[in-house]
Amino acid sequence: MSCTSQCSEQQENDIHKDAKTWQPLQELLAQYRGKKGSLVAILQGVQTIYGYLPQQVMDYIADTMKIKPAKIYGVATFYTQFRLKPVGKYHILLCQGTACHVNGSERILTAISEELKIKPDETTSDGLFTLDCVACLGCCSLAPVMMINGQAHGPLTPDKALRIIRGLTAQEQQACEGGSN
Amino acid sequence: MKIRIGLGSCGIAAGALKVKESVEAEIQERKLEIEVQSTGCIGMCHAEPLLDVIDEQNKVYSYGYVTPKVVKQIFADHITGQSPVEQYLISAPEKDCDFLAGQKRVALRNCGIINPESFQDCIEHKGYQALKRVVTEMTPEEVISEIKQSGLRGRGGAGFPTWFKWDAARKNPGDAKYIVCNADEGDPGAFMDRSLMEGDPHSVLEGMALAGYAVGANQGFIYCRAEYPLAIQRAELAIKQAEERGLLGKNIFGSGFDFEISIKQGAGAFVCGEETALIASLEGERGMPRLKPPFPAQSGYWERPTNINNVETYANVPWILVNGGKAFSAMGTDKSPGTKVFALAGKIKRGGLVEVPMGLSLREVIFNIGGGIKDDQKFKAVQMGGPSGGCIPEELLDTPVDYDSITQTGAIMGSGGMVVMDENTCMVDLARFFLDFTQTESCGKCVQCRIGTKRMLEILERICDGEGREGDIELLEEIAVKVKEGSLCGLGQSAPNPVLTTIRYFRDEYEAHIRDKKCPAKQCKALITFQIDPEKCHGCGTCARKCPAKCITGEKKKPHVIDQDLCLKCGTCLDACPSKYRAVTVE
Repeated sequence: MSCTSQCSEQQENDIHKDAKTWQPLQELLAQYRGKKGSLVAILQGVQTIYGYLPQQVMDYIADTMKIKPAKIYGVATFYTQFRLKPVGKYHILLCQGTACHVNGSERILTAISEELKIKPDETTSDGLFTLDCVACLGCCSLAPVMMINGQAHGPLTPDKALRIIRGLTAQEQQACEGGSN
Repeated sequence: MKIRIGLGSCGIAAGALKVKESVEAEIQERKLEIEVQSTGCIGMCHAEPLLDVIDEQNKVYSYGYVTPKVVKQIFADHITGQSPVEQYLISAPEKDCDFLAGQKRVALRNCGIINPESFQDCIEHKGYQALKRVVTEMTPEEVISEIKQSGLRGRGGAGFPTWFKWDAARKNPGDAKYIVCNADEGDPGAFMDRSLMEGDPHSVLEGMALAGYAVGANQGFIYCRAEYPLAIQRAELAIKQAEERGLLGKNIFGSGFDFEISIKQGAGAFVCGEETALIASLEGERGMPRLKPPFPAQSGYWERPTNINNVETYANVPWILVNGGKAFSAMGTDKSPGTKVFALAGKIKRGGLVEVPMGLSLREVIFNIGGGIKDDQKFKAVQMGGPSGGCIPEELLDTPVDYDSITQTGAIMGSGGMVVMDENTCMVDLARFFLDFTQTESCGKCVQCRIGTKRMLEILERICDGEGREGDIELLEEIAVKVKEGSLCGLGQSAPNPVLTTIRYFRDEYEAHIRDKKCPAKQCKALITFQIDPEKCHGCGTCARKCPAKCITGEKKKPHVIDQDLCLKCGTCLDACPSKYRAVTVE
């Protein structure tokens, strides 16, 4: 079993105990209690707190907010924004919009997948990178574009994309070595 | 003297924040007194980051492709030396810019001119003038009649007359009514709504308030994509500014009219661009469309009369009410009055946002304003209307850009995305790309859409993989008709359009894939191979070093070879090979 999945399981078990997330969750639910039609907003709030939608939290919401678990799961799986798995430290959103497609976004995808050894919607085993393909980031004149943790990079070539990712990996390694010294 | 820097999403992505930092550092270092202003996007995304120098006589000098190094030069030569840096100058008082010259800016009137975070700027540019006049001097019926006279049609895609929707929502009874602004711009290739919300959020708010007054609604929602964080942030700030000054909220301008606006973030579903799906999503449900009628104007959000327009439509409204419906309908064509914003992207030299009077030809927009095709390649087609639209070929380049003429070509106006393609774009692959998109985004409610798009995608995939069969084109056409006829909402009804238009105009490309197992544009991986010409290869090893699959081998200074079994066909070697050799070829 990889490190990430172990961590996530552990995290899920601690959901009631972890004050860092428990408190904001309570505040979030208090804000929407009794307001009809708030499920999407609640789930967005949960994802902001946890980075994804942990199963246990969804069950907890079903219990306390009196919403059927099937409905929560239905909404959570309908929208692309919601994630049922934790994301890596660096969340790569590779744009697959029309402008990016005609400017060669598929080549960028091949290069990144090959470099990180992951497919779209997967996270590297060290938990550093998650790769996601998204419909359009709206930065079409910089096509092809990717966004890493909110920062857009473009126009990309496979080479340029790899340089950015290798830069981040090197930065992490340095931080790691710095920490152990 | 003043310096203005474009800080839209695309500007920031291109490095505008670094430019701003270096401008501030230069001012401090040289101890100058110059105001630095941030603004939204003027639309010249191809030349980002952009910087304007505005001198004492209010003359504007616009620079493009600005880097911190260029900033130093501008300060040395222009600001202290009084001679503009010609090399980076895009437009100046004596030097017209082709990109801006052919435009007529109504919806984008303030974008790239004002600071979207400054309320003062908004007021100085006629912000809320229309609202003040309307709520104190006009009746709701007069407002609707003015919009009717303008001939404004919905800018989100279908082109439905705006006044008609407002009138219906006004006349339908309800204890509450709602105004919704659709900012869930899901068309890949369109970004005008993002730019408007980032560059001039107050115009959108004012347009919504005006609609609220006309319809009799006191509550408005902006349904915005979560992928547009800057747009959401600026709209939130604008709402707060307007509320603090009593321009939104209770008793606006002492008229007794109340109107509040809040933002709801979409969670990513293309189908939510459809009105009834959008309402379901606003109510916290899965965004699935329902049968119409009843229309939202009869029974929408929580079953109350609801008016939904898109961002660009609302941004036009204050202008119409200040300048009059006649002034608006004087622009454009008879049936498509006014102007329209287009997002030029793809293989185009000067990509960005342009606003032109309707009726201009595609050729004028793409070649005169957009500057033609990147790297002087040959124009092949322009895709309009995103996944619901179609591809328009070269022989139809003189088609005027208006709702009806574009529909006749098999494409649709849509929200105004124009993705330009050159000879290197494979039209079969493009049809596959759009079907892949609509198939993923189909909500699954209607069988024809859910399964039909899947079957069509499978056929297109096998054609691209070199396994197309005789009769596949006819089969695609047959399923396309069924999907169109059997789907409830616009997504399914228009999903086959990209396939049908590419078959209509580029049938020979489909046939080349199916019969000759060739991709004329050399894009479909299964049908191409990368080779190194041993006579041209100098063995520099650049391609071997960059190849992600490490499948290129060879001795130094001797011709290299690609191992075809391992090759990913990513094309990195093609880019890597120095232009003086050009040894890598695609067959």
